[in-house]
Amino acid sequence: MTSQVSSPAEQADGALVGEQRASGDGGGGKEVRRLDRVIIRFAGDSGDGMQLTGDRFTSETASFGNDLSTLPNFPAEIRAPAGTLPGVSSFQLHFADHDILTPGDAPNVLVAMNPAALKANLADVPRGAEIIVNTDEFTKRPMAKVGYATSPLEDGSLSAYNVHPVPLTTLTIEALKEFGLSRKEAERSKNMFALGLLSWMYHRPTEGTEKFLRSKFAKKPEIAEANVTAFRAGWNFGETTEDFAVSYEVAPATKAFPTGTYRNISGNLALSYGLVAASQQADLPLYLGSYPITPASDILHELSKHKNFGVRTFQAEDEIAGIGAALGAAFGGALAVTTTSGPGVALKSETIGLAVSLELPLLIVDIQRGGPSTGLPTKTEQADLLQAMFGRNGEAPVPIVAPQTPADCFDAALDAARIALTYRTPVFLLSDGYLANGSEPWRIPDVDELPDLRVQFASGTNHQLADGTEVFWPYKRDEQTLARPWAVPGTPGLEHRIGGIEKQDGTGNISYDPANHDFMVRTRQAKIDGIDVPDVEVDDPAGEDGKGAGTLVLGWGSTYGPITAAVRRVRGAGERIAQAHLRHLNPFPRNLGDVLRRYDKVIVPEMNLGQLATLLRAKYLVDARSHTQVSGMPFKAEQLAEVFKEAIND
Amino acid sequence: MTETISEGSSQIEALSLVPKADAKQSMKDFKSDQEVRWCPGCGDYAVLAAVQGFMPELGLAKENIVFVSGIGCSSRFPYYMNTYGMHSIHGRAPAIATGLASSRRDLSVWVVTGDGDALSIGGNHLIHALRRNVNLKILLFNNRIYGLTKGQYSPTSEVGKITKSTPMGSLDAPFNPVSLAIGAEASFVARTVDSDRKHLTSVLREAAAHPGTALVEIYQNCNIFNDGAFEALKDKERAQEAVIRLEHGQPIRFGAPAADGLGSKGVVRDPATGDLKVIDVASEGAADVLVHDAHNPSPTTAFALSRLADPDTLHHTPIGVLRNVDRPVYDTLMSDQLDTAIEQKGKGDLAALLAGNDTWTVVG
Ligand SMILES: Cc1ncc(C[n+]2csc(CCOP(=O)(O)OP(=O)(O)O)c2C)c(N)n1
Ligand code: SF4
Ligand SMILES: [Mg+2]
Repeated sequence: MTSQVSSPAEQADGALVGEQRASGDGGGGKEVRRLDRVIIRFAGDSGDGMQLTGDRFTSETASFGNDLSTLPNFPAEIRAPAGTLPGVSSFQLHFADHDILTPGDAPNVLVAMNPAALKANLADVPRGAEIIVNTDEFTKRPMAKVGYATSPLEDGSLSAYNVHPVPLTTLTIEALKEFGLSRKEAERSKNMFALGLLSWMYHRPTEGTEKFLRSKFAKKPEIAEANVTAFRAGWNFGETTEDFAVSYEVAPATKAFPTGTYRNISGNLALSYGLVAASQQADLPLYLGSYPITPASDILHELSKHKNFGVRTFQAEDEIAGIGAALGAAFGGALAVTTTSGPGVALKSETIGLAVSLELPLLIVDIQRGGPSTGLPTKTEQADLLQAMFGRNGEAPVPIVAPQTPADCFDAALDAARIALTYRTPVFLLSDGYLANGSEPWRIPDVDELPDLRVQFASGTNHQLADGTEVFWPYKRDEQTLARPWAVPGTPGLEHRIGGIEKQDGTGNISYDPANHDFMVRTRQAKIDGIDVPDVEVDDPAGEDGKGAGTLVLGWGSTYGPITAAVRRVRGAGERIAQAHLRHLNPFPRNLGDVLRRYDKVIVPEMNLGQLATLLRAKYLVDARSHTQVSGMPFKAEQLAEVFKEAIND
Repeated sequence: MTETISEGSSQIEALSLVPKADAKQSMKDFKSDQEVRWCPGCGDYAVLAAVQGFMPELGLAKENIVFVSGIGCSSRFPYYMNTYGMHSIHGRAPAIATGLASSRRDLSVWVVTGDGDALSIGGNHLIHALRRNVNLKILLFNNRIYGLTKGQYSPTSEVGKITKSTPMGSLDAPFNPVSLAIGAEASFVARTVDSDRKHLTSVLREAAAHPGTALVEIYQNCNIFNDGAFEALKDKERAQEAVIRLEHGQPIRFGAPAADGLGSKGVVRDPATGDLKVIDVASEGAADVLVHDAHNPSPTTAFALSRLADPDTLHHTPIGVLRNVDRPVYDTLMSDQLDTAIEQKGKGDLAALLAGNDTWTVVG
């Protein structure tokens, strides 16, 4: 959530644990303290169910009414070797009683299900934080596997932390002994035990999880009950054990949320819903041509569930066929989409060029991941910007839209559809792994508020020849938008042929005429340059007293959260800094040049080696300063804040 | 797009969803105003004329017919048809046409492709279209050469082919497109020749009537870069021995007429190997000659027939419909799933979808 923040102190995202406020005894014998925000990280083996645990905690937290932001982080292998560092999977959740922007820099609580999880995550945990470890796994072999010569639980290396040693496995097996499950089966519920314990610690509602478990294992009621029992046992363990003397309350973030009905949503889900909504609002059937690839596959999966919305999903033989089928459907009058990640975009390039030449609406959804080549399939990056911008032969401009938060993927999808349909052009929607898998509360929009995307198919002739004959010209353009008519097969009298060979202006007939080609190249460019996009808004509170900030930070896409959190910190520390964030990267908003020139310094943080900065320098001749990170992980607000402060003061 | 169903007006199942023309059509109706730009004498002209001449017979609304092609000389075809058309990119026409056909069942979708287009760069899309059985009619213009790029050898060129890119002769064994298609689970596979308009038309007729993907290989002469490639099948005298004309339900006989008026050669199954072989009917009798069964669910005999031809001399080349079997059609199945989903869940309700079932409310 981004609105209604009360005081600078509360705005500071990711401040230290020391801000925890005690509120005395909350009854039940144990102390209850009030916190304004908490960052929890669940970490374990890929097979330990950490993503599910994180998802459940998130759901409970969402329904409780906190603001939240999540960061799942998992290896590309489905089951990396058990107990190894590469096999560690984690889920970080930041929740608060106020408006927050990121999954947080450093966890206040780490749940480590095994030595590998402890070792892989400890560096991120600040001193004084709480660490809950599954002591059952701290035996010789698992520790040796990750290079612990002595037990970190006993050798004093964790003395700076508040460690809770809990035999999670033993306790779970003990709790489930009535069920007659094998040791292995019973052990599997230890993540639910951990979830129960954390749910007690943070006063989370529990009905949702119990309901979830019963429906997930509806076909195996025995397993469902075992999981519910483990979950409750974890809760009771917290309540009765002396080691856990304190529990915490984080009040609902009532002020952070405008009135409305909310749900928690991930980026890929929001994007999928945006596509379905666009199809409904355009009154056109949705057609998805796609080939599975991480982290985009979830959109294919999600849309495949919604055939009752008239959604057709086609799992093609490769990325080229995926976009080819989508383009064919677009010719037939569908709202056509192809979903992929960077390597898939590379394969689709030639067809995107064809779509530019055919001037048909088409959405190309790129959920960016670490590159080059296969790169880091499950990690995030923003390094496909220049590929989207220029990755085709010839002059082949394509509009680019980038969502900035998980929930924003919904609006961005609608906006991309608007541009594609209005201007009859392929459009890139550039999300990334961080947005795709991360989640946040979303105010569910009223369907009546959604934009009207209906289009007019061509239905008759549109041109009169010199001899008075009425004809249909497939490349006669709308004067305002420069869009050509969309005449779909089945419309009598408008039979026409289109193709990738250069065509004559107006008639669309093959033409190799030099002047015509020059004209057509410029016209296609002018059409994209002329796309109506809103001005970029600058947040510069210091500007109100006439002085203004001297430094502007400009970002795009998923860096919105960390940048905004960092900007709040900088302002909290009394500095002046202006912030703007781009949704439209092609064309840029019309006021962007003026905005850039208004500031002495422009800093551009990106998860690539400076791709937006390159575009800004080329187009506006400004000295945009790049700050880059390509670790596969999102920026941390604290580090960005330091970078901004340095820039302001140098 | 709503699917217009012209009820009962069609005898042809594959085209039952495609609206009919209001008035009788002629060949002229299917000629576009574009100047045809193939080399004089190119076999593509004959195929174009045959297709334009055949279309009125279908009696479909012209606006519901779409030709999609890739890149190559043959792929210019859509520009010359006065229907909807798309000249796309090299090799991708089957994929594009799949999207169109599977989203618009009221269209009759045709793919025009070359041997390079379909079998080199687009080989993957071709085999997957065939296995899916999308409602497409694929016309594969096989001139055993890359025409448009000026005469390099193609994946159907005979081994040892001397071209600009293979001055010492090509090294790679060619595809037999018919064998390939049968191996790719094609439900309809036929072969015909550009110069035999009657035969070509009869094959088009059967292809058009077939529900699902129909692959029609058309031997096409490129008189500039591979002239006479199919002469063995065209020269009257040599053709008698070289061409095996397949007709469903008829004995597979060819060659100079025997006493019974049918060909003096016949195709029989070799009991020793199970393979097919050619016999002389006069000496060995006609009793064991196979009767062609294009509708045989097993592809074995059709495949064996496709292997009779010598890839170098084209001796014993079967033409006609090798295989024509019923198999569920992809676009129909896809559409049925949409109907089933609506039956089971009701028509999609956007507000309900967006809300999901785990919400909370914030009051101001
Ligand atoms: C991506 C791409 N690669 C290469 C080409 C060049 N090219 C155009 S047509 C062709 C071969 C055409 O051969 P074929 O499909 O047999 O058609 P024909 O010209 O013989 O009818 C090639 C290699 C191209 N247009 N696009
Ligand atoms: S090069 Fe060959 S195939 Fe191409 S148009 Fe000329 S004759 Fe026909
Ligand atoms: Mg060829």
